[in-house]
Amino acid sequence: MTVLRLENVAKNFGAIDALKGVSLKIAKGEVIGLMGDNGAGKSTLVKIIAGNFRASTGRIFIKDQEVVLHNPLDARRNGIEIVYQDLALCDNLTAAANVFLGRELTRRIGPIRINDYAAMNRRAAELFGELKSETRPRDLVRQMSGGQRQAVAIARTRLSNADIVLMDEPTAAISVRQVAEVLNLIRRLRDQGVAVVLISHRMPDVFGLADRVVVLRRGEVVADKPVEATSPQEVTGLITGAIEYA
Amino acid sequence: MPDPKPAAQVADLAQAIDRQTNTRLTALFAEQATWVFLAAVLAALILSLATDTFASPQNLFNVTRNFAFVGLVALGMTVVIISGGIELSVGSVVCLSAMVQAIVMNAGFGFWTGAVLALGASAMVGFVNGALIAWLRMPSFVVTLGMLSIARSLAMVLSDNRMIYEFGPDQDLLFLLGGGSTFGIAHPVIALVGLGMLTAFLLRWTRWGTHVFAIGANERAAVLTGIAVPWVKISVYVFAAIMAGVTGILEAGWLGGVTTNLGQSMELAVIAATVIGGANLLGGSGTVTGAIVGAALIEIIRNSLILLGISTFWQGAFVGFFIILAVAFDRLRALRSSR
Repeated sequence: MTVLRLENVAKNFGAIDALKGVSLKIAKGEVIGLMGDNGAGKSTLVKIIAGNFRASTGRIFIKDQEVVLHNPLDARRNGIEIVYQDLALCDNLTAAANVFLGRELTRRIGPIRINDYAAMNRRAAELFGELKSETRPRDLVRQMSGGQRQAVAIARTRLSNADIVLMDEPTAAISVRQVAEVLNLIRRLRDQGVAVVLISHRMPDVFGLADRVVVLRRGEVVADKPVEATSPQEVTGLITGAIEYA
Repeated sequence: MPDPKPAAQVADLAQAIDRQTNTRLTALFAEQATWVFLAAVLAALILSLATDTFASPQNLFNVTRNFAFVGLVALGMTVVIISGGIELSVGSVVCLSAMVQAIVMNAGFGFWTGAVLALGASAMVGFVNGALIAWLRMPSFVVTLGMLSIARSLAMVLSDNRMIYEFGPDQDLLFLLGGGSTFGIAHPVIALVGLGMLTAFLLRWTRWGTHVFAIGANERAAVLTGIAVPWVKISVYVFAAIMAGVTGILEAGWLGGVTTNLGQSMELAVIAATVIGGANLLGGSGTVTGAIVGAALIEIIRNSLILLGISTFWQGAFVGFFIILAVAFDRLRALRSSR
């Protein structure tokens, strides 16, 4: 089942064409590796899907329904979540508080509503369990490793049962040892039927994880093929322009 | 040949040990309020032994009442500092609130009419501060510095820079609330305890409290997760202004007269108390207990200098020393936890 379909999505900033008619399909439980050089249009594309930018032309379909995403909240309502490169976590709060940030569970005591920490910790523990992460709900994010922080940011996307998760360079800022942990988290997401758009510069991540590779160059899709049908060498060529199209 | 431990395992072990020691140290260092409290208790003990007067009921009554005013304003300041801001106009708001209360009561209206108008005026000041900071994204330092000047000037305009010492039919009630006591505890101290518990509750148990901490730590994250950041910020400044407003009313009752220099430079003592109590001026951390204990320590220092016959000119040096010590403490803690 196709969960997200882009039809001829273009975006220009004044005279600059950041995206020139990109068409793309993502199925449930599929991982797409989105690759390209700086300025190729990756982040513009992701920002359009995440509701940060409006496309200049083109159409977006979610589960075959055309949608217009005015802002990130719109995108979230349509089942799209984004894990930012800096993860957008608050260091001074616990893992559970970060997962529930802005969506805190409360309970009533007489006329007032108070935070239901027990329920939030329980639910967060379940989410971390599903992701097979050892992150503990009550730990402060300040004290966590890069992999655990990533688990917190990913658990946040599970809270709303997102169908599509956009991940912006999830392995860029963490130690080599933790990369494997993060890649496993993404596999868990996929196993739960989530479609993942993985933006990455790292060939091993994309080839180890993605079902398809999409290469952008100067705002155009120059390749969209299964990983089995391509190689890191070819993708590198496509990114740099040494290979025109594939 | 003995089997060498795999490098990864050794690293894990080292990390685990490191983490455990860190946890202990962090736990020890985490509660700055505890240390400040101990310092205050120690100073009080030494003073009790060194002087006949410190432990006298009258002196203890005075000490607690005196720090209650700074403590009350520090409650609001704590919330502002947690949110990553600063509020320099609180001293002027204390004055404006007291002046509105005084003028309204002087004109023959009752205490509660005065209190509603005084707190309303304070809340308005807080709203303007918050709106400029949240919507126009102006730095809180600049906005509240401007308001420091404006609010005091308004108090002067309203009163024509006169001292007001006649408070109409409800005068006794005003004096009782600000200057009286119940079971030997000064009323401002009771107000401090009550409002302190309220503030602690709001910070710990409500969504609002969580959002204040979140904004102070990572405003962008708060925005991205859908928190109504501007409104939370505005509410924070309104809260701080209302605390200053309550303090103004109580101080009017205690002093029995209101002049336009009431609360002058008070913001510095309040920020000092908050910082000594462990609030981080970069935002994201701070506690109610810390603010109250910080206020207490400053007052004990002041009181002890007087009782020991040391020139009060030294007061600034001692308070300054503790501010710097507190921040040094905080840096040490940050260095330890980042290791």
